[in-house]
Amino acid sequence: MSVLTQVRRNDQPIYLDYQATTPMDPRVLEAMMPYFTHKFGNSGSRSHAYGWEAEEGTEKARAQVAKLIGADEKEVIFTSGATESNNLAIRGVAEFYKDRKNHIITTVTEHKCVLDTCRHLEQQGFEVTYLPVQKNGLVDLEQLRAAITDKTVVVSVMAVNNEIGVIQPLAEIGAICREKKTFFHTDAAQAAGKIPLDVEAMNIDLMSISGHKIYGPKGIGALYVRRKPRVRLVPLIVGGGQERGFRSGTLPTPLCVGLGEAAEIAMKEMDGEAKRLKKLQDRMLKGLRDKLPEIYVNGDLEHRIPGNLNISFAYVEGESLMMGIKGLSVSSGSACTSASLEPSYVLRALGVEEEMAHTSLRIGLGRFTTEQEVDQAVDELVRHVTKLREMSPLWEMAQEGIDLKSIEWAAH
Amino acid sequence: MTALAYLDHNATSPLRPAALAAMTEALQAGGNPSAVHAVGRRARAMVDAARRQVAGLIGVPASEVVFTSGGTEANAMALAGCGRRRVLVSAIEHESVRRSVPDAEVLPVGADGVLDLAALERALAASSEPALVSVMAANNETGVIQPIAEVVRLGRAAGALVHCDAVQAAGKIALDVPALGVDYLSLAAHKLGGPTGIGALVVRGLAPFAPDRRGGAQETNRRAGTENLSGIVGFGAAAAEAGQGLSAELRDRTEAALAGLAPGAVVHGAGAPRLPNTIFVSMPGVAAETQVMAFDLAGICVSSGSACSSGKVHRSATLAAMGVDDAVAAAAVRISFGWNSRPEDSDRLIAAWRDLYIRAGRSDIGNARAA
Repeated sequence: MSVLTQVRRNDQPIYLDYQATTPMDPRVLEAMMPYFTHKFGNSGSRSHAYGWEAEEGTEKARAQVAKLIGADEKEVIFTSGATESNNLAIRGVAEFYKDRKNHIITTVTEHKCVLDTCRHLEQQGFEVTYLPVQKNGLVDLEQLRAAITDKTVVVSVMAVNNEIGVIQPLAEIGAICREKKTFFHTDAAQAAGKIPLDVEAMNIDLMSISGHKIYGPKGIGALYVRRKPRVRLVPLIVGGGQERGFRSGTLPTPLCVGLGEAAEIAMKEMDGEAKRLKKLQDRMLKGLRDKLPEIYVNGDLEHRIPGNLNISFAYVEGESLMMGIKGLSVSSGSACTSASLEPSYVLRALGVEEEMAHTSLRIGLGRFTTEQEVDQAVDELVRHVTKLREMSPLWEMAQEGIDLKSIEWAAH
Repeated sequence: MTALAYLDHNATSPLRPAALAAMTEALQAGGNPSAVHAVGRRARAMVDAARRQVAGLIGVPASEVVFTSGGTEANAMALAGCGRRRVLVSAIEHESVRRSVPDAEVLPVGADGVLDLAALERALAASSEPALVSVMAANNETGVIQPIAEVVRLGRAAGALVHCDAVQAAGKIALDVPALGVDYLSLAAHKLGGPTGIGALVVRGLAPFAPDRRGGAQETNRRAGTENLSGIVGFGAAAAEAGQGLSAELRDRTEAALAGLAPGAVVHGAGAPRLPNTIFVSMPGVAAETQVMAFDLAGICVSSGSACSSGKVHRSATLAAMGVDDAVAAAAVRISFGWNSRPEDSDRLIAAWRDLYIRAGRSDIGNARAA
């Protein structure tokens, strides 16, 4: 793959953090370039050709994004990214309908920006139900159904989890929400372009999309807002009235064009890429399991995007492992919070014990990952995990058959 | 590169080559600046360097620069985040300020387009509730520069916080934020030759600030969301180049030529200090839309006012606030030069302006020639 050499030089670590961000596809950059240079106009300028040309770019991009999710282009608004889309969707809808409804349902494994938005709304007097997830990371549909009341304004459930890659049953959730007459928002930052999404078939009313998670640029995202039946929102950012009044501010034309192109490429190549990544995922897991006992995959393996693995390496401290595997760029949690050393709240929600959560790595595979890189990564992981376990007294005790849980540690 | 004369830099300015070069590198490098591994750390270093460049443009410590998706978001963040309910704004603020605080008390400007400081002083004295005063550094339509240091002096005396929308001023005139003394200041990269989709809110060290948007801890907890790496890097590179501001040469020669052609031409705000690049001028008796179309046919891009809400033909709120007569306001066109404008662009505008003026039958030059 010639593209690889453009993305990674040999002296750089192997990039296995595709859920944090993806490298830009060179084809996306190519589509953007004219809009940085000679097509630089303000798409709001109606008095000259530069403005019209820029608008052509943003509108084509809008159609490309719409097509990816089976929407009408009028239903797509551009934002600065998925964090803003999630803030706008949940807060916008809650505030617009607050006179009639005051209840929001979400799950405990949502992205931090969804959870923080919900906590903020709680402080404003809204009621929020945080649904637990099952051991495999999936929502229990009956629990969801039971939680919806006639005061529920929106159910927000992510399409794909950013840490464990599990795919929620969107169509089923959508059907329940439609039947119960509540809006369904899904944070599809990790799902768009990776799994088929159809806002009609899945009864999705609001959907958040990110550019840089699908080989597009950072600083751009989109929010799908259904027109029939109409979903109304209070905007977060007002001003010039761009984006149907939902989101003011000059549109960043090159970024919009990049998101559109990224969406189109993802759509065209989705099937082939999913198959390729599935093989790589299998290869990596098999490679690790062949050499390392006591490793555990967190989250459902079936209902999961092929580009993600989240593995706990028992008896190994995650941070030490991270420090060791210098040749690999992986993460021990989501990027926003990974600077902190607290165990992942997502893993804790699956019932993973704290020690095991601390031993976990998130391994993200993507468009530019090769078989050779997977093999190198397996070798490096095996080497370091084995070495760390050899130094671990806990590992030694476990090998001797001592049940570590039965030990009462002396405080000191 | 182009056969068109682009004189609409106040709507958006073409990207500077240095910004494009820096961005291309950043786009190809990638990385999430919040990730702890090598790729993430490299992205973080690029963000930090750009933050210092932007901070340098306006003379603040880098830690006070919070990157946003643009000027509109920066304005919204300041107004929502300052914690003051009582807000005073000038009558000529950008829509992103006016519409963020629809209940704000509106301060008048004089016929020259400059904020009425006496009115500000009276308004501040009228209530003991601590206020936020939001006044732009320079107006987007007339280019009239506002007396921000005075606003701050009056504001401070009354215990008010001050926000300044410097989107149009930055990169065109020198801005020394510590000397101005404002608490918050909004910037947009694409008005100074950086990319669209990126801006900044400067939050001074002692200013209260509560973030509006919820999510990750980026921008030291002041603005959630993965950093727009290429945008930030492009903003930095453009800011580094925009430091000296723009020269007034093209504006002055153009204005002199138009005044020579038509003594009745009105340059709005001409009596006040203005941005060196902006001319908001009424061609007597010729509708702005007619002018804009005629200039467009002649390959010259200008505008009849701000570009945001687009399409809509509406009267300029700025001119209305200045008490400009409706007929004169309806004939106003904004010409704005930028970092890559050349004397030829000015010549072309002058020639087209002259042709239209004659065609419209408004000129004595035309009559004299016909006779």
